[in-house]
This record gives sequence, structure tokens and C-alpha cells, in this order.
Amino acid sequence: MTLEQAKRQVVEEFSFFDEWLDKYEYLIGLGKELEPYPESDKTDDRLIKGCQSRVWLDWKMEGGLLLFRADSDALITKGIISLLLRVYSGRTPSEIAEDDFSLVDRIGLRANLSPTRANGLVSMIATIRAAAKDNV
Amino acid sequence: MIYLDNAATSVRPRAVIDKWTYMSSQCNANIHRAVYGLAIESTTEYESARDAVRGFIGAGSREEIIFTSGTTESINLLAFSFGEAYVREGDEIVVTEAEHHSNIVPWQMMCARKGASIKVLGVDERGRLRLPELESLLTPRTRLVCVAQISNVLGIKNPLKEIVNICHSKGCPVFVDGAQGIVHERVNVTESDCDFYAFSGHKMYAAPGTGVLYGKKRFLEEMPPYMGGGEMIKSVSFSGTSYAPLPMKFEAGTRNFAGVPSFKPAIEWMSDKYDSDREIVTYMTEALKSDGRITLYGDPEDLADKAPLFSFTVKGAHHEDLALILDKMGIAVRSGQMCAEPLMDRYGVSGMVRASFGPENTPEEAAEFMKCLDRAIKMLV
Repeated sequence: MTLEQAKRQVVEEFSFFDEWLDKYEYLIGLGKELEPYPESDKTDDRLIKGCQSRVWLDWKMEGGLLLFRADSDALITKGIISLLLRVYSGRTPSEIAEDDFSLVDRIGLRANLSPTRANGLVSMIATIRAAAKDNV
Repeated sequence: MIYLDNAATSVRPRAVIDKWTYMSSQCNANIHRAVYGLAIESTTEYESARDAVRGFIGAGSREEIIFTSGTTESINLLAFSFGEAYVREGDEIVVTEAEHHSNIVPWQMMCARKGASIKVLGVDERGRLRLPELESLLTPRTRLVCVAQISNVLGIKNPLKEIVNICHSKGCPVFVDGAQGIVHERVNVTESDCDFYAFSGHKMYAAPGTGVLYGKKRFLEEMPPYMGGGEMIKSVSFSGTSYAPLPMKFEAGTRNFAGVPSFKPAIEWMSDKYDSDREIVTYMTEALKSDGRITLYGDPEDLADKAPLFSFTVKGAHHEDLALILDKMGIAVRSGQMCAEPLMDRYGVSGMVRASFGPENTPEEAAEFMKCLDRAIKMLV
């Protein structure tokens, strides 16, 4: 599956929900199921600190692919992380670097990316993008 | 929508919006300068707001009322000018653990510049200031004690009179951050005898971008200006400049002349609203405290000391998640550190949810909030 296809799949998943609370419920479910992130890796250099939720993000290159792991202390953010990892982790740096990162916007979660709230998610996307560009 | 973020900014009444609009559209002339009729009207509006504020907070003289852009600018002005006049290397400033960043950072900046240091008065588990410790914090080097009348997180009315008495008995002046206090408690600076008092217009139903610093004349006269420029001068030449008398000495540049006149209708509107919140305070305090999942911060023994401002955490549920879900249920609350990181550290939390009520909120809305909060918690835990 290409990155574009993965994105489309997520957008389609979200199109089933009419109600906001159902979207959140779904994200909370994804958040709870997110692959555990080791406590020992919740270090300050991996921490993206915001006024609201905190996000930890770690990445490595393996076999030419960028692999991401992440966690948050807030469940809805964690659910969004789960979507982002599904779409971006395990792709080549150039595939990621060329992406427009419109996913969160397209599933109607723009409010979660409001720059004024200085939340971890905004910085997380910036970090994914920077990691990709550095490894192209 | 149920708006429960009144502590961040208030909902302005029609009379305020009308005055503000009138000043912007019908009375647009810069103040204190020109001689034409419109400029005189706008100057009169501005200066009569000063009289209204003076009366409202019980200050002795209109020269003690300085208009600023808000509490934050008031405190920065005070920290700079007070620091220049009175603070030397090795001196100390006392702040409390429950202060908003705006009542911490300007003092840190001034102390760094002057080689002075900050001492902190703590709060107990219930959010009450540890008053018995205040006296021992005061030394011959203490230049000023800075305390919020009501913390923007804890919502407890601090005993100003008692604090001022303790400090004055040690010869130490007191600054009171009244950003939240002025909204929920009648203020009389002469009675409380505090030496400085600051508040914002937008939290007390006046226009945003307006604020006040009150200071006792004897201090203000000795303090140098904060900013130089227009309005604040008596005469300017390259061999030297002399400053205007109070209050203009501290009002450099064009002030918010469209917004400041709205203090008058705001004061008139709010004057009979004090204590209209008692039913909500009783209901909310009991509802939050009786729920085992919830921890309420700011819980005085006497409910009369509680403002309608409730910060809490929920076991196993993140403040951001709760606020996002409540938003989609039509309820606006604040979440996060609330510009009070030291207080968050004090309680060992990364943030809180805060529901703050205004005079327009009804007991039914409080009940609806509790119902939605319960639903939100059940979605998360």
C-alpha cells in the first residue's frame, strides 16, 4: 500500500462517522490499542512538551525505511498518533518528504492542530517531516 | 454553547460593546493632544473612565490610576519601575506558589537585572496560602510581596487585609494581582491598604487591551517611567527631558482610547453582580468533591471564600481529552497548565481542567456541565 492509499483509507474510515463524539470514541479506542512505548524511552530529548498533551517520538532508519514509535499522555492525541504511525512509519524518507501532511486536516481534526494550543501533535508532524528530509 | 471560560475572558454586556463601538466609529480622535471638539470628547471619555475606576476601587486620587494594556503590562511596568527605584543587589521579592506566570516572570526578569532574588510562599493541599510562614519569609532585604487576590487556578479569595498587615508590620509594601479578584470580590485599595493593585479590563467585562495599575502616589512619584515617548513628557530637548506628572508619566504612546471608556459601563453593569454566584459555587463544590474520580484544587473551609472557578483533575483521564470531548458536547472549558506551571508542579500534575462561571451562567448550566463531565469521563476511563 502506498502512502497515498494508506491516507485515503484513513479518510474513508473517518467518513463513516457523522458525530464528533463517535470520531473521538474511535480515536480513544485506537489510542488504547497503540503499541506500548517503552517507559525508559520517555526521555526529555524525545519529549515534545506542550501546554496540553505531551508527546514522545522516536525514530530510526532500518533497511532504507523510516520507523517511528510514539506515545502521548492523552488518549485522543494517542489515537491520532496511531493513525499517523500507520500512514508514515515504515516508508522511505523520500515518500514521506514529498507528502503534504494534510491527513489530520482531511479527517476534520484541524482543531487538534491549532498552533496556539502549542500541543505536541504539531511538533510531532514537524519532527516526522524533518526526520524524512534529513534521511532523503 | 455553555461558556465556562470566564476566567480567561468575560462575556461583555451590550452597554460595553455599544460604548466601545461608539468610541471606534463616532468618537475617533486621539486623546490629550488636539483642541478640536471630537478630540476633547474622546479625552473626556477616557479621563472620566479614570474617575470611574478610581471610585470603583476606592483609590484616593485619580493620579494613582494608570491605564495599561492589561494586568500583564501593569505588572511589567511595576516590576521595571519599582525595581529601578527600590531594588538593589541582594534584595528579595516574595511571590506565592499560586501565581500566574505574569506575576512571576516580570519579577524574575527584574531580579536578574538587579541581582536580587525571589522567595516563594507556598500553598497547602487545599490551595490555601501558608500564611503563618509569610512573616518568616520577610527579611530586611524584602522589597515587595506579590500576591494574587484570587489565583486563576485555585479560585480562593486570599485574606488581603491580613497579608497587608503582616507585610506592613515588617515595613514591606504589597502588590496585589487582581486580575481574577476584581471580578468576584468588591475591592477597596484604601481599606485593604495594599500599595499596588493591577487588573485587566477584558476579564471584568470591559474591552480587551485595557488594564489598570493602581499605586500609592508616594511610590509612583519616586518611580521612573517604564516607557519613553509621547504623552509622558513635560519637555524634551537633546540636553535633557523632563517627565509629565502622574498619571501621564506612565502612559507613554497612544493608549487604547477606544477601549478604556468601556470601563465605565462595565463597572456600572457588574456592580450588582457580586455574590450572584453563590448557588453555583455551593452546587459545583459539592458535586466535584463528592465524585471519587475527581480531585478539586482550591477548597477553602468556608465556601464564602470560593470564587466560581473550579480546577480539577480526573483519575485516569487527561485534561486535554476531557476538554476536547466537552467541546463537542457544547461546553467550553479551559485545560492545561493555566499559565501556572509552578502550581501544577506543586500538585504533581501536567495540567488541569478549569470551569469558570460568570454572572450569565445559570445553575442549570452547572448541572448540565456535571452531566456532560460524567459522560466524558466514562468515554475515557
